[in-house]
Amino acid sequence: MANDKLASGSRLDEATGTQTVGHEWDGIEELDTPMPRWWLWAFYATIVWGIAYVIAYPAWPMIDRATEGVLGWSSRGQLATEIAEQDKARAATVAALADMPIEKLPDDPALMRAAVAGGRAAFKVNCVQCHGAGAAGSIGYPNLNDDDWLWGGNLKEIEYTIIHGTRQPGGKDTHTSLMPAFGRDQMLTDGQISAVADHVLSLSGRAKPNATGAQIFADNCAACHGADGKGDRQFGAPNLADAIWLYGGSKAQVVQQISNARLGVMPAWGGRLDPVTIKMLAAYVHSLGGGEAFAATAAAPGETAAAQAGAVPQEAGDVRP
Amino acid sequence: MSGPDPLSVLAADAAALRASSRKQRTPPPPPENEPQLYEKRRGVYPQKVQGPFRRFKWLVMFVTLGIYYITPWIRWDRGPYAPDQAVLVDLAHRRFYMFGIEIWPHEFYFVAGMLIMAGIGLFLVTSAVGRAWCGYSCPQTVWTDLFQHVDRLIDGDRNAQIRLANGPWTAEKIAKRAIKWTIYLVISFWTGGAWIMYFADAPTLTRDFWAGDAAPVAYATVAILTATTFTLGGFMREQVCIYMCPWPRIQTAMLDEKSLIVTYKDWRGEPRGSVKKAAKDPGAFGDCIDCNQCVAVCPTGIDIREGPQIGCITCALCIDACDRVMGEIGRPRGLIDYATLDDCKREAAGETPRPAWKTLLRPRTIVYFLAWCGIGLGLLFLLGARTRTDISVAPDRNPPFMLLSDGSVRNAYTIKLRNMESRPRDMAITIDGVRGAMMWTDEMDRADAARSLTLTVPADATQPLRLYVVAPRDTPAQAITFAVRSLDERGERDSGETRFEAPEVNP
Repeated sequence: MANDKLASGSRLDEATGTQTVGHEWDGIEELDTPMPRWWLWAFYATIVWGIAYVIAYPAWPMIDRATEGVLGWSSRGQLATEIAEQDKARAATVAALADMPIEKLPDDPALMRAAVAGGRAAFKVNCVQCHGAGAAGSIGYPNLNDDDWLWGGNLKEIEYTIIHGTRQPGGKDTHTSLMPAFGRDQMLTDGQISAVADHVLSLSGRAKPNATGAQIFADNCAACHGADGKGDRQFGAPNLADAIWLYGGSKAQVVQQISNARLGVMPAWGGRLDPVTIKMLAAYVHSLGGGEAFAATAAAPGETAAAQAGAVPQEAGDVRP
Repeated sequence: MSGPDPLSVLAADAAALRASSRKQRTPPPPPENEPQLYEKRRGVYPQKVQGPFRRFKWLVMFVTLGIYYITPWIRWDRGPYAPDQAVLVDLAHRRFYMFGIEIWPHEFYFVAGMLIMAGIGLFLVTSAVGRAWCGYSCPQTVWTDLFQHVDRLIDGDRNAQIRLANGPWTAEKIAKRAIKWTIYLVISFWTGGAWIMYFADAPTLTRDFWAGDAAPVAYATVAILTATTFTLGGFMREQVCIYMCPWPRIQTAMLDEKSLIVTYKDWRGEPRGSVKKAAKDPGAFGDCIDCNQCVAVCPTGIDIREGPQIGCITCALCIDACDRVMGEIGRPRGLIDYATLDDCKREAAGETPRPAWKTLLRPRTIVYFLAWCGIGLGLLFLLGARTRTDISVAPDRNPPFMLLSDGSVRNAYTIKLRNMESRPRDMAITIDGVRGAMMWTDEMDRADAARSLTLTVPADATQPLRLYVVAPRDTPAQAITFAVRSLDERGERDSGETRFEAPEVNP
């Protein structure tokens, strides 16, 4: 073995007949096995591939942008293509939705499902800021999952609310209602407010009834909220006799609302979103668990629905049958 | 044999074997100042050979290729709701069919278990009979063998092949190459084409493929597999085993001195000398007459007389070749033989070899076999015990609960009912717990809410359900269980437990 040793330590390995590389680590040596020629070819092929790639695709960073490559590919362009393909794939559904009056939507379950899916996506972009990701709202922002509606809960009414919004300045069709700030404007005394708050709470069994409060309620509140406190959707007057409280259901919160009367606003989406998206949003909100059927609500809003129906087509496109 | 690990034992034995035949070693060491960058492939032109091992290889080739090409065409009736192909990997619908067994993605552990069994099976085979996988049933071996038969068919046997390869590009050579490579291409295309049949209904896919209607991935797969078969089987051949495949490297760790390998018995064969020389000088020469038949028939082009080496796939064709020569010159067969290194030592020392069963039945092989059987039985047990009905429940987390105007509390759940049978089945889903709770789906009227709902789940499908559960006013938060029962003769049950959320203090 010693005779095989060369100056650099490289030697011929007896077992394999291959030269070693000349290094040795604790008695372990490495064979200098020549690689096969095809391996070299594969190596050259990767070089050719690399050059071709640099020519074909964006590769070299320049001062303000990268080289573009002769194929003209870009990730932005690929995204645009994919979005265009998606739009094309959705075109038939969108067209069908545009032609479908929202009252007829429940008769077409497949289209309804498509609308709900589309509405879910649009809701995440446009609505979650106030109503929350689960559409559960918060104090001052209505919960859209429950069965309590300020302005009506069938598809048509929801669509109307989305199109025209609530208390939008200048919008003649927007939902508008006003509650006086009984405390701030000194229309009622603190004692009176406390009494009427107790009366309001008593409507849902949270406080004992009191005659004083009932009288104040009859004088000041019943005009909008109704003698029994069940509200009126025509004025967007909340139902005070149920378990749902837009501004909170504790005594302090009720007193606060009577004193200062906060009034929520919602944009009129008719000018911002296309009619199909609005239809899809209405379908989604309706699907959240509290949506009302047309027949059930036909009696309650009565004239309101009829009045609203006339206003819709102008902004939402012709959705009349 | 205690102390050194099997690897070093092998290496030492190999070195000892080689030392005796170093005279024949040809490649001279390259000069130190002229490093060799690469090595050109030396052509391998294996000669035709006949014998028991060759016949065994034919058998294995027919069986394995037969299984590969025919399996996708076997039909298996599963009724109107499932494909009727016996073996089908339905990637699009995420189902794996194998005769009577259907596997869903969440049951993939069956496939994992089968792969583990295949791995342990390889260990078992290797520890018992050496590189039998490499020698007989590895696809690379089988297809290389097939292509080498094509070589012989078109170009003639070894000598004619060498003459043709080294000769100039005459019209004859061009014609022969064109024919041969066309046959390669046809075999390769057939190989790639058969592969895709496992992933779709074979007759339909065949029709679509030729009509140009098949999925692009089908054409791409066929193109890639045709190219790899053509290259790896037609040209790379033993290079794959020697340079690319990790298995031969793993084998060096798997084999020990008690594993069966193809061995040249150097103590019997050396020194080599022709029959003529031996006749002149009896007793001076071993049994090897240096006829080079073992080298000529080797499909990887090695000389087994140099000892165990990574290039030897233990196909045992050299045993056939040597046995024939030994028979012809009237010397005992088995100069090249399946033997363990231990047995070689014993035989060289004149001891009697151990019986074959001792080679096969030893702790290592028994442990592998028991592990293999254990996993197999475990999988069979699971297969028999699995139910084909399943429920999973995901409660809505935003909002976790919903107060309704009458003070009742509503929770929403996404339920998935799984019907793993290939027929539609009626299932009943029932609320367990939460007094007074009623449920309905988003496709039902709330007026029809009930404690128990019955619905039909389509064949071989997962039915998602959006479920609302409403409980009376002041119901506290608590556990809720949804129980599902299949309304058929199997009466399978499953249940999913989750929470029914409610306001902490009802305002």
